[in-house]
Amino acid sequence: MTEATLVNPLETLVEHFPSGWVKKDDRPGYSGFIVEREHLLDFARAMRDDFGFDYLSMVTASDYLAEGIFDVVYYAYKTIGGPALVFKVQVPREDAVVPSLVALYPGADFQERELWDLMGIRFEGHPDLRRILMWEGFEGHPLRKDWKEPFYEEDVKPFKSRWPEGKPIHADDRNPFNDNVQYPTGFDPERWVPEAETLLYSGLQQTAHYEEFKTDELIVNMGPQHPSTHGVFRMVVSLQGEKIVDLKPVMGYLHRNHEKIGERNTFLQNMPFTDRLDYTTSMSNNFAYALAVEKLMGLQVPERAEYIRVIMAELTRIMNHFFATGFLLNDLGVYFTASLYAIEERELILDIFEEVSGSRMMCNYFRFGGVVRDVSDEVLKKIHNLIYDRIPRKLDQFDAYLTNNEILRTRCEGVGVLTADQAIALSTAGPILRASGVPYDVRRADPYSIYDRLDFDVVTGIHGDIYDRYLVRVGEIKESIKIIKQLLRDIPGGPILAGKPAYQVRVPAGESYGRVEGPKGELGFYIVSSGKPNPERYHVRAPTFINLTSLAPMSRGEKVADVVVILGAIDIVLGEVDR
Amino acid sequence: MSPEGLSKPEYQVPQEMQNQVALTTLDRLYNWSRKNSVWPMMFGLACCAIEMIAAAASRYDLARFGMEVMRPSPRQSDVMLVSGTVTKKMIPQIVRLYNQMPEPKYVIAMGACATSGGPFKEGYNVVAGVDKFIPVDVYIPGCPPTPQALLHGLMTLQKKIEGQSLKEVSWYQKGPGEPIPVPVLGPDLIDMRKAAVIRENSQPVADA
Amino acid sequence: MKNFGKRFGVMSSLGVTMGHFFDTYIVDLVKGRKRYWTPEGIEARRQADTEGIFTIQYPEEQLPVPEEFRVLPFLVYDEGENGEKNLRCTACGICAKVCPPQCIWIYRATDPVTGKPSPHPAEFHIDMDICMNCGFCAEYCPFDAIKMDHDFELASYTRGESHLYGLDKLMKPVSYYESIRPVNASREAAARAEKARPKA
Repeated sequence: MTEATLVNPLETLVEHFPSGWVKKDDRPGYSGFIVEREHLLDFARAMRDDFGFDYLSMVTASDYLAEGIFDVVYYAYKTIGGPALVFKVQVPREDAVVPSLVALYPGADFQERELWDLMGIRFEGHPDLRRILMWEGFEGHPLRKDWKEPFYEEDVKPFKSRWPEGKPIHADDRNPFNDNVQYPTGFDPERWVPEAETLLYSGLQQTAHYEEFKTDELIVNMGPQHPSTHGVFRMVVSLQGEKIVDLKPVMGYLHRNHEKIGERNTFLQNMPFTDRLDYTTSMSNNFAYALAVEKLMGLQVPERAEYIRVIMAELTRIMNHFFATGFLLNDLGVYFTASLYAIEERELILDIFEEVSGSRMMCNYFRFGGVVRDVSDEVLKKIHNLIYDRIPRKLDQFDAYLTNNEILRTRCEGVGVLTADQAIALSTAGPILRASGVPYDVRRADPYSIYDRLDFDVVTGIHGDIYDRYLVRVGEIKESIKIIKQLLRDIPGGPILAGKPAYQVRVPAGESYGRVEGPKGELGFYIVSSGKPNPERYHVRAPTFINLTSLAPMSRGEKVADVVVILGAIDIVLGEVDR
Repeated sequence: MSPEGLSKPEYQVPQEMQNQVALTTLDRLYNWSRKNSVWPMMFGLACCAIEMIAAAASRYDLARFGMEVMRPSPRQSDVMLVSGTVTKKMIPQIVRLYNQMPEPKYVIAMGACATSGGPFKEGYNVVAGVDKFIPVDVYIPGCPPTPQALLHGLMTLQKKIEGQSLKEVSWYQKGPGEPIPVPVLGPDLIDMRKAAVIRENSQPVADA
Repeated sequence: MKNFGKRFGVMSSLGVTMGHFFDTYIVDLVKGRKRYWTPEGIEARRQADTEGIFTIQYPEEQLPVPEEFRVLPFLVYDEGENGEKNLRCTACGICAKVCPPQCIWIYRATDPVTGKPSPHPAEFHIDMDICMNCGFCAEYCPFDAIKMDHDFELASYTRGESHLYGLDKLMKPVSYYESIRPVNASREAAARAEKARPKA
């Protein structure tokens, strides 16, 4: 590292490169640097190797139809903490080709594929550039601004047909096929040859041979309907005997077009949709989205609201880790017992959510500048009882039940190992990253809300195997208990919302990225506002989607029975993976 | 066997014989046993699946209804709980699973998404209701329905089963039932039953 | 005990399961019959210190829902002296605008004499198949006219028109609203009274 990089490197960054390579992004409300397409690889390599931005957190793009360009946006961080490095590449819409960064940052793999799928941006040099969420053969790239879905009504909500002369018309009736479909002109269904997934299968490695036994080569499809895939997720596994040679995840079976709908919605209307991203942790999804929009609006959240927000986010973490641990055991073949114990605790936490927000799972509790309603003293008492009595007691029971169980240990220790370097390169986040020994936690690395005032430890593992991931989760429950105890002690009175409740918020033009340490990893929302009531671009950095990049490297060489456990330890939720 | 659940109400059993004799019809016996062992298929799609798991767990306990046997195989299940958003990429598999289920089979559309696409209806990858492809017996509104609402839906299904008659049910009629054609993924989802309409509507304007 | 656990992990796991099994009987014996089928029993089973059987035996027992619980929206009407139903809704359209999946359709009434828009809905439709139960309509309604219902037992054999609720299905009396959300109703009534006072 040169001396210059230590002294406020981002200020003088432009001067480090030959002129014309990099310039500052000086559009109002924007930040970061714009890199010339030809020099992107060199720039990124310098950033990673000389400046220490070793963690490429997010890759996305936004479509500026009026200017006729795509912005491909990269957010890189240092795993030792600190602010983001934002760099962008601008390409014309007709010639949307960008050099791929997979060779430098393997974690960009799925994200670049997603951009190819939804935006139609080609990444040159990507090893496996196939569609990821939609299927090969699908017509068009849906997130382009000029692409219209079959049930298209208007560009943005609220639709004019709803009021004041609202006559209910089913969207189906407006479509010539009476269904949510559209076809290119001249399409003949009987002459259509369905895609046989040859690209998918030909991409699998099938070479390795093991000399000890005579083994057969086999390709197994697990999912999308499979008990162990935590929803509609599919893995194509090529096997040599029982050993995994290669694995390719196939997703998109729950692709609900979150981002397309999100760009039609107003800012506020997106809030309940975020609940349905990772439907087990709706409170933290709300949190990240509220942060992103508040950053743009420059809102100051009242103290009491901050406390309530963090209490809810930490309760969500406890709930999620209980759930994840319970179902990890399910994947190990214990069947339902551990999950039943975990769900009992979850139900008690859900009772609290139901009482404050009105719904068990889809809380829709956060608003820009605060929360929707105050937490009563009875509810605080209930949380108090849970935190001081019930959950520590049950956690000890869980501990006695699982931690030293020989079966759990032999199945989990040394399985699915991810070294620290791999974990960083693959952009994993959350318990996966920390179990590999990287103490990277957004709550500490880039504190938001009131986390800088709270006393807690970042739990890390050593070995990076499944057992350590389990231990990290259990450790994080304990830390969350610690946090909530501090919050319950100090929670102040006062308002819970900055300003008056408003159903239309004014969001100044610009971009913002709000991120929280969700239970499953770094959850971020990238929002571009053009000053209108609707976001111009709305992108979710889904932690489990990116964590899945590490599934294949972890699984190679393991037994086929272990891949189920490896997947279980990533703790995926398909609502978030596919969005 | 509770006498009120089984005995045919039109026929009065004499007082002195009520403890020894129970009268029933074959229909009632058949439906009574069927409705108390409806085995759902373990088949989670989205958010509602989490509530389905919660309903199967200790607080709501599906086992009280004889429904605890959740197996992921369609071959041994009686009811398919479509719990969540049905996407175009997933519907071929769902239809295939439905075709693989043995008769008698039932389908419950749990939540707004499975019923009609729900809040995601406008999405380009969402099927506007699973009933566009497979027949649905019970719809449960809600987003997501709470476990209690799901239990209410299952009890509604039990009531439907109670009302069926051996003479009329489709699976004892002559000839095998027709499987539903599996939709194909093309430039968009292709329902082969609508092939003619699709061809007609997507002709270039000059030809028409 | 710790060393024991290390060497006999499976045994201690089985011990936990066994403990759960015996707990159910011990708690039942200690608490007696009032543990089941009574409101206090249900309440006790959802407290933090509950042990033993956790099950709420729906439909015989029902888990009480909290006041803020939300399922589907309904329209509140005030009951007039002669039994007429005065809808609070003024067809201002805020709920239709804020609704995230856009499942509310309002047809504003026009005054038959002047032909100008009058503050009443002529038609009001909510598609229950699209509604995501988010509660925004109730939250942002300035007239306390649309509220979220508590009734979740809605399973049906058909959908389509029967799930497209019109005014007939949506209208519910204010007394019903007060019965399901007493705290909110009284708070809103007080706020309205406060607003009306300086005018008078």
